[in-house]
Order: sequence, then C-alpha cells, then structure tokens
Amino acid sequence: MSTFKRHSVLPGFNLALGFTLLYLSLVVLIPLSAAFIRTAELTWPEFWATVTTPRVLASYRLTFGASFAAALTNAVFGLLVAWVLVRYHFPGKRVVDALIDLPFALPTAVAGIALTALYAGNGWIGQLLEPLGIKIAFTPLGVYVALTFIGLPFVVRTVQPVLEDIETELEEAAAMLGANRLQTFLRIIFPTIFPALMTGFALAFARAIGEYGSVIFIAGNMPMISEITPLLIITKLEQYDYTGATAIAVVMLVISFILLLIINLLQWWSRRRNALA
Amino acid sequence: MTTITITYPSKVPRTALTQEPVWVRWALITIALTFLTLFLFVPLLLVFYEALKKGVEVYFAAITDPDALAAIKLTLIATAIAVPLNLVFGIAAAWAIAKFEFRGKNILITLIDLPFSVSPVIAGLIYVLVFGLQGWLGPWLAEHDLKIIFAVPGIVLATIFVTVPFIARELIPLMQAQGTEEEEAAVALGANGWQTFWRITLPNIKWGLLYGIILCNARAMGEFGAVSVVSGHIRGSTNTLPLHVEILYNEYNYAAAFAVASLLALLALITLVFKTFLEAKVAHQKGEFIHEH
Repeated sequence: MSTFKRHSVLPGFNLALGFTLLYLSLVVLIPLSAAFIRTAELTWPEFWATVTTPRVLASYRLTFGASFAAALTNAVFGLLVAWVLVRYHFPGKRVVDALIDLPFALPTAVAGIALTALYAGNGWIGQLLEPLGIKIAFTPLGVYVALTFIGLPFVVRTVQPVLEDIETELEEAAAMLGANRLQTFLRIIFPTIFPALMTGFALAFARAIGEYGSVIFIAGNMPMISEITPLLIITKLEQYDYTGATAIAVVMLVISFILLLIINLLQWWSRRRNALA
Repeated sequence: MTTITITYPSKVPRTALTQEPVWVRWALITIALTFLTLFLFVPLLLVFYEALKKGVEVYFAAITDPDALAAIKLTLIATAIAVPLNLVFGIAAAWAIAKFEFRGKNILITLIDLPFSVSPVIAGLIYVLVFGLQGWLGPWLAEHDLKIIFAVPGIVLATIFVTVPFIARELIPLMQAQGTEEEEAAVALGANGWQTFWRITLPNIKWGLLYGIILCNARAMGEFGAVSVVSGHIRGSTNTLPLHVEILYNEYNYAAAFAVASLLALLALITLVFKTFLEAKVAHQKGEFIHEH
C-alpha cells in the first residue's frame, strides 16, 4: 500500500475512492461483465456463427459505413464551422455558437422524428429532393443524415479551442516568407489542428456506431437494407434470443473499447502537439 | 442576412497578410451557415411548427393528456433519483482523483468515461441480463415478487448508467486545475474534512458543479435507447417522455408526438442557455486559479 498512494494531509481519500469504486462496480462494471460472461457460455464456433449471419453482417456494413460517412462529413463541415466561428464575425454568431451543442442537448427521439418529417417525401427538404430522384427518409441515406446530426458538435468543439490558440505571428511569418493563404493553411494551420480534427472524427464515429434513437425513425428498418446493429440487438431481445442479442452486443462493445483506446491516444497526441507549439 | 460585417477579435490585429480575401470569407460563412441551417436550425424549428400546426388547443390537449402527464411524472422521478446519485459519485470521484496522487488513476478516469462509449441499447441490455427473468438475479427477484425490468426501477437504473460520467468529468479537470493548497491550508488551521469541503472546495467548484448537473439532467430526461430496452412500453406506467413521443409517432398521431417533443426541445434550449452562461463562469473560476497560483 505504501507505494500505491502518495502521502497527503487531506482527509477522505479512502472514503472517496472506496465509494467511487463501489458505485462504478455496481452500476457499470458488473452489469457490463454480464454481457461477456453470458457470451462466454457459447463455444467459439457458435459465437462466430451468431455474429456473422448475413443479416448481422449487413447491419455492420450499414452501421459502420454510415457512421464513417457521417463522421467524415462532420470532419469537413465541423472544421469549416469551427474556422468561421473562431476567425470571422457575423450577426447572430453567439447564438449559432451556442446552438452547435443542440445535438448533445436534444433527446435523440426528438431529433429522429424531426429529421424524418423534414426529409420524408412530403417534408420541407424531402419534397425538394424528390423530383431529383433523391430519397432520404426510409433509406440508408436517412441513417447517414441522422448520424451526421448527432455527431455534429464533436469536431467543432475539439477543433475550436486549438484554432483559437494559434498565434497570428506564426501566420505572419509564413506570409513574410512568401506563402499565400492556402499554403499557410495547409502547411502551418492544418498540421497544428490535425490531431484535434482526428480526435473529433473518432468521437463522432464512436458516438454514431452506438446511436439508436435518432436513427430508427428515419431508417425504415428493413432487414439487410436499412437495419442498424443496435436495432438488430433489440429485435433479437424482443424475440427472446438473449444469447444472440448479447453476442452481437459483445462485438459492438469490443469495437467501442478499441475506439475509446484510440481516442485516448489521439487526445494524448493532441495535448502533446499543443504543448510543443 | 443582408449585411455581414467582418471584424477580428484576435489580440494581434489581423492584416491583409493573415486573413482571407473578403469573397472567401463570405463564401465560407455562407457554406457553414447553410450546413448548420439544413442539419440543425430547420429540424429544431420544425419541431415547434409541427407541434403548433393544428392549433394551440390540440397542443395543450396533447401535453395534458393523462398518459403524457404520467410520462412527465416518470421522467421527473427517474431524473430526481439519477442526478443526485451521480452528483455524489462525481464529487467523490473528483475528490479522490484531483486531490490525491495514486497508481491507476488514468485507468479509473477511463472507466468513469466508459458509459459514454457504450451504445444506449447495450446499456439497457446489460441490465436485462442482470435483472431480467432469464438474468442473474431474475429467479430470486421473481420469488420475492420484485420487478426491475419492465418497471420503474429498471428505467431509473438505465438512466443512472448513461449519465454516470457527466458530473465527474466536469469536476475532475476543474479541481485538478485548482490544486490542493487551499484545502491543505484549511486542514493546517484545524478544519476537519467536511468543513474543508463545504467552506473551501464547494465554493470553488460551484459553477462547474452546476454545469455538470445541467448536462446530466438534460441527458437523464432525454434518454431513449437504454430506457426503451428496459421499459416494456406500458402506457401510463413505464413510459418516459421520449418513449411517449415514440408511441404517439408510431400511432401516426404526429401533432401530439411533436407537441410532447416540443417540451423536450424546450428543455434542450433552456439547457443550452444555462450551458452558455455557466461556461463563462467555469472558465473564470478555472482561470482565476491558474492566475493566482
């Protein structure tokens, strides 16, 4: 124990840490372990067969494909929004800045029904796209739209503070040395914000693969076509196929934990990069 | 948007060397705002438009319907249990992590964040595996006539799970930035642990604490996926507000669905107002300490 904790005159360490560990174990760790223990009852071939049926594979393709596309969209537009909010002034900027966090604050079910009504064939935006032959609601495109909505704040909020900290002098020096604005952006600014951009992208992606509420309304939920993996877990639960639902959940959990690890590494990289700058 | 004035807030004024031509600035602002309009502002506006489309009477009838009121009540109950528990947890975790040095601290911080990377559906599923009829405690619970899954306790548990990290992750960096000097001085002057916490630490973290509570509250009231799995969707008894929205929507009762949804959208807007207000206070509180020490 002597090397576990450095000495401090402050009281309450044992109580605080003890309560923290107990609470975390009861609420998070023990229930999460239930998924792994339940799945361990399966043999490896049984597990593999359960998590690789054509319908499950189709749901992975949609979930990861749409999440990747949505996170990529958010990386591009999130960077642009962060840039505009940090560098330019326009009327209503403070309101716009505050509303960026709307997807964090708005319950996903509300986002889901609003986006569906908006992008359905008779919706405000849907009816403009329908003559062009573009259908969004009740297709995989709808999944992409919903996931773009819920992931929107991540890139903006990770890039914004880094962009604010870039010193004008650095850009001046680049300009003095003959760089034009685009060169300055590509060679000076972009490398500085790149770790933060990647972190935001990974956070948006990680959030998107687990998302349920905003997607199910707009997706149409057709097996093999527009059925996301979290919905498939619920479908299996409703059929009392607990083992099947849990096996798929374990696959999702392992992927989420790997992403969490990558995000932690990215954040560490981002902090290091900024400390050096 | 007829006039767009462009000025720079930077400490060092930007000159032609370090800013883009006017047309580029205009173009970038327009693209950014168009994207935000399509994906953020219009959906938000549509919630209120659809809610009020059929008139104020239909709106009030929808939100004062007995099932809607029962859903509001259950949402408030779940929130009133989940937020205080996660508040106590957040303070305990932040006290241990920010005020002491011990091994495995980074692992603990990662574990606290874990619920954020778990799909809400899986959060619900794991409680079914523990408390459901086929679960670990299922037979014992059935024997004693206790119901957790498809009942209110399950909803409360799922809500607690998805909101565990909110307050802790606000307090940890704030308390780390503030260090331990003031608390150490209080203890040296003879204050006990509780006195030190109430008189020194709490006033220093009050805005961060409130910020965490606001975010935790919004998520607790709005959680859908996790609660959906454990609720059983029993109208008037295990239906929270977001679940009630789903039921109305699936019954093609759009006006009522959007009316109830507008309550949640209003909650989101109020949350954002508080958040913006508190962000400045928290930054000040943090900055003050970095400045003083």
